[in-house]
Amino acid sequence: MIDSIPIEYTGARSADGPLLVIEHVTGVGWDEDAVITLASGERRHGVVLDVNDDLAVVQVFEGTSGISLSGTRVAFSGSPMRVSVGAQWLGRVCNGRGDPIDGGPPIHGDRLVAVNGVPINPAARELPRDPIITGISAIDGLTTLVRGQKLPIFSVGGLPHLELAAQIAAQARVADGAFQIVFAAMGVTHADAEATRDALEERSQSGDLILFINTASDPVIERVLTPRIALTVAEHLAFERGGHVLVLMCDMTSYAEAVREVSAARGEVPGRQGYPGYLFSDLAALYERCGRLRISSGSLTQIPVLTMPAGDITHPVPDLTGYITEGQIVLSQEMQSRNVYPPFDALSSLSRLMRHGVGPGQTRKDHMAVAGQVYAALGHARQVRELTDLVGETGLAEADRAYLRFADALEAGFINQGRTEHRAINDTLEHAWTALTMLPAGDLSRLDPVELARHLASAVPDGSEGST
Amino acid sequence: MSSAPADLRMGKVRRVNGPVVDVVGLNGVAMFDVVAIGDAGLAGEIVSIDGDVATAQVYEYDGSVSPGDPVTSHGEALSVTLGPGLLGRVFDGILRPLDAKDVWLASGRASDASDMSWHFTPDATVGEKVAPGALLGRVTEGVRFEHLILVPPEVDGVLSWLSPEVDASAHQPIARVGAVDVSLSHRWPVRRPRPARARDGEPRLLRTGQRVLDLLYPILCGSSASVPGGFGTGKTLLQQQIAKWCDADVIVYVGCGERGNEMIDVLEDLARLRDPRTGGALRERTVCIANTSNMPVMAREASIYTGVAVAEYFRDMGYDVVVIADSTSRWAEALREFASRTNQLPAEEGYPATLGSALAAFYERAGNFTTLGGNRGSVTIIGAVSPPGGDLTEPVTAQTRRFVRCVWSLDRDLAYARHYPAVSWNESFSRDAERVGLMRSEDGDTAWAERRALALALLAESERLESLVELVGAAALPDRQRSTLRSAKLVREAVLQQDATSADDAYCGEAKQKALLEMVLAVHRALIERLEAGVDAQRLEQVDLSRVSSARESGGPDDVAAVTAVRDSVLALLKTVT
Repeated sequence: MIDSIPIEYTGARSADGPLLVIEHVTGVGWDEDAVITLASGERRHGVVLDVNDDLAVVQVFEGTSGISLSGTRVAFSGSPMRVSVGAQWLGRVCNGRGDPIDGGPPIHGDRLVAVNGVPINPAARELPRDPIITGISAIDGLTTLVRGQKLPIFSVGGLPHLELAAQIAAQARVADGAFQIVFAAMGVTHADAEATRDALEERSQSGDLILFINTASDPVIERVLTPRIALTVAEHLAFERGGHVLVLMCDMTSYAEAVREVSAARGEVPGRQGYPGYLFSDLAALYERCGRLRISSGSLTQIPVLTMPAGDITHPVPDLTGYITEGQIVLSQEMQSRNVYPPFDALSSLSRLMRHGVGPGQTRKDHMAVAGQVYAALGHARQVRELTDLVGETGLAEADRAYLRFADALEAGFINQGRTEHRAINDTLEHAWTALTMLPAGDLSRLDPVELARHLASAVPDGSEGST
Repeated sequence: MSSAPADLRMGKVRRVNGPVVDVVGLNGVAMFDVVAIGDAGLAGEIVSIDGDVATAQVYEYDGSVSPGDPVTSHGEALSVTLGPGLLGRVFDGILRPLDAKDVWLASGRASDASDMSWHFTPDATVGEKVAPGALLGRVTEGVRFEHLILVPPEVDGVLSWLSPEVDASAHQPIARVGAVDVSLSHRWPVRRPRPARARDGEPRLLRTGQRVLDLLYPILCGSSASVPGGFGTGKTLLQQQIAKWCDADVIVYVGCGERGNEMIDVLEDLARLRDPRTGGALRERTVCIANTSNMPVMAREASIYTGVAVAEYFRDMGYDVVVIADSTSRWAEALREFASRTNQLPAEEGYPATLGSALAAFYERAGNFTTLGGNRGSVTIIGAVSPPGGDLTEPVTAQTRRFVRCVWSLDRDLAYARHYPAVSWNESFSRDAERVGLMRSEDGDTAWAERRALALALLAESERLESLVELVGAAALPDRQRSTLRSAKLVREAVLQQDATSADDAYCGEAKQKALLEMVLAVHRALIERLEAGVDAQRLEQVDLSRVSSARESGGPDDVAAVTAVRDSVLALLKTVT
């Protein structure tokens, strides 16, 4: 069926939204890659969404603007869309279709691989383990990212999630082995794209980062492709070359909107909020492309970043994402308004695989206990704060006031940090200890007594008033 | 037993729309017949027929399939091979072994060749007339699992030959019944419930080892339960705990559209943990069907039925089998996706109008049966539901509620307060509770139902009081009501919360469950008594009861003495308060 000289069809029958219907085709398969040549000679790319007898429905990634029914030629490649993979991608900056925009030559990798990927056999997986240290205390300390995990960032428009993602991409490291970053920006503004490029300049220069940028003014449908190309390239680096690869995808809400746009153009029955019923499967097909395999020393870790429209965590995109990913890092407007960076909402955040990535030999022996104690104390501090709203701070017991001081200290000394500040895991945990020692010692039941005594002894005097 | 392959039918692909393929030319093809599509022979199943056009749902990625590609059908409904070798292994949604497959699951014909052999010991008399379900012999799997080899359904006649003790492969004949050669395994169409003699099996308690379930919302073998919960409420963890610790003979764990990493987590746990009853690895009593969310959508739809068919196969040997399906919402979404691609008129939220009847048909395969061979066997179905946005009124959650006997609803507020398992006492119910109370009473525990009622009453009362506290503060409540709040807190912390990561607490034996609840109720009574005796409420409130809350971890899963010791010392302490 594979023809060395692809046939070009000229029978465009209709164009609607991103879709182009070609008639009189033969031997064209579903999900096949297509090249559309306009009358002007401009070339665009597409994929077959439906093929019925001699009709093929092609989704055009760059949109159908400027396409006329006469004079447009379409050639089908005979196979699903593929991308050439290899180490040649490292250090490059590309658009959302994978074409270089850094002035460099086209990327010719080792071989062609289908961008949709192939499902990983669950029986061939290995459990994620070992941490990726991001240098950001809130993440490393409380929601540790584990190699092979998918841990999304849930944000709201206007919060610095892109900056945070870029900071993670610039700072993250592992203790051993090759480590590479793939950053896929989708639907970002030109200003944000520039800022991201600047933030990642150093890492890009050193040749262990690949940057894909689909800006808000780039074709919307192209966004359907961007994460697929990024993940295909990343899978190769991780599972065939044995590297530890971190993929950041920002913003997945823009991606889902592109999927919705295609679905609407096809006249499909809409599910919740107009998103197609298969959005779960579609997102899962991306998010599940991570993990560790028995046959490889590498790992693929994902941080999808998404904005919750109107801050609604039950919106289909965060909701479905939460059902697939292994925890979530939630950024909140409230923390932002208190001028905390990152605006990390600890009590809503969770890393489900954390216990596989922390402890002696990975981070530090006391890590899990410290994180557990911080969570327990924050939970109590929130109750106290609610009570304060009723009775006022003066009506509180001294022990409860200690919890408020703890929460403030944790926010200022532990969560809050500079936008280029890289905190080592030791510093992160010591900052947490500093806040914890402000609490009544009898309440710190999760901590090792010897460690606790040592930290209490070295605590600053004014912090000790509540710890008797 | 499958009939001999019917005549081969050949057709051609006409339309491909994702996993939905229209085929022409398959004359005489029947609904739910399996087809092989394209040169690669991708597996699919006919789901509608309209004149000359038959529509198939394809269980694999079908990129590059194009109109004109060949399609073949052998006229067999979607069937799986049931026999020794299922326990301890991992399969995909149509029961192809995953542990024998490549890392990357490419589409195409799977080789079904298994070179494993099993030691067969005959146990029947040649020359006798045998009916479906009659015992032919045994195979021992793992350490001590007795796999009964029975006459398959729809086969009967005189047993004219029976193999002597032999090491046989799954497909090698070991007996001849009538005109049919019977081997250790046989094919069965998954969508068809396996026949049984009657639904009259005597129910038995299913002990899950999870206190909130066994004490408040108990389930019987042969019942069905639904576990609705938003993401992060610990749905999968609860299901895994049940898979690990419930006292069924066989567990069929269907990971339907869930996470790959989670699947490997449960597999590793099951391989590591020992069955407290047999001493073997828990994995040896478990069949895993893994159809993770990125695997082909349509196989997800089939995986649920495959799981139940496997369960019914073990039921027929007289075992109590539990099917755990995580999550039925993903299965329903596969139904929806298919309905949407075939332009069916949508009912609620895009789901097809058949959603309710499909759910009912699935949960109805649970039950207590007298098997064809006259044994007592049961299938219990526990299905997770993942309501979008945690909305319990959405169609799958609401419809499921109609057909199950228990609902263990997981509450986001409890989960955020790190109260696990986050089974809500407002939304959950068990229609088996009354029967369980009677059975417990017959077994000598006459106060079981009373304790349950007291615990539920405390929880309900404290719920009411807490809404008052939010308005007026705890200090404004009368002493007795503050005491109720405290007792309810003890019920939650000492009894209902259970730490899945703790070796002592992950599983809780029956006697310890009883001791813990008795302890809390005794402390509750003592507190009230002291108040009524005129003891100052403030002084009582200063008594540290944290030992009561931590008693659940103060000894092993069956250590009643440790709990009793805590109870006695706390009661003695309360007596001294004046």
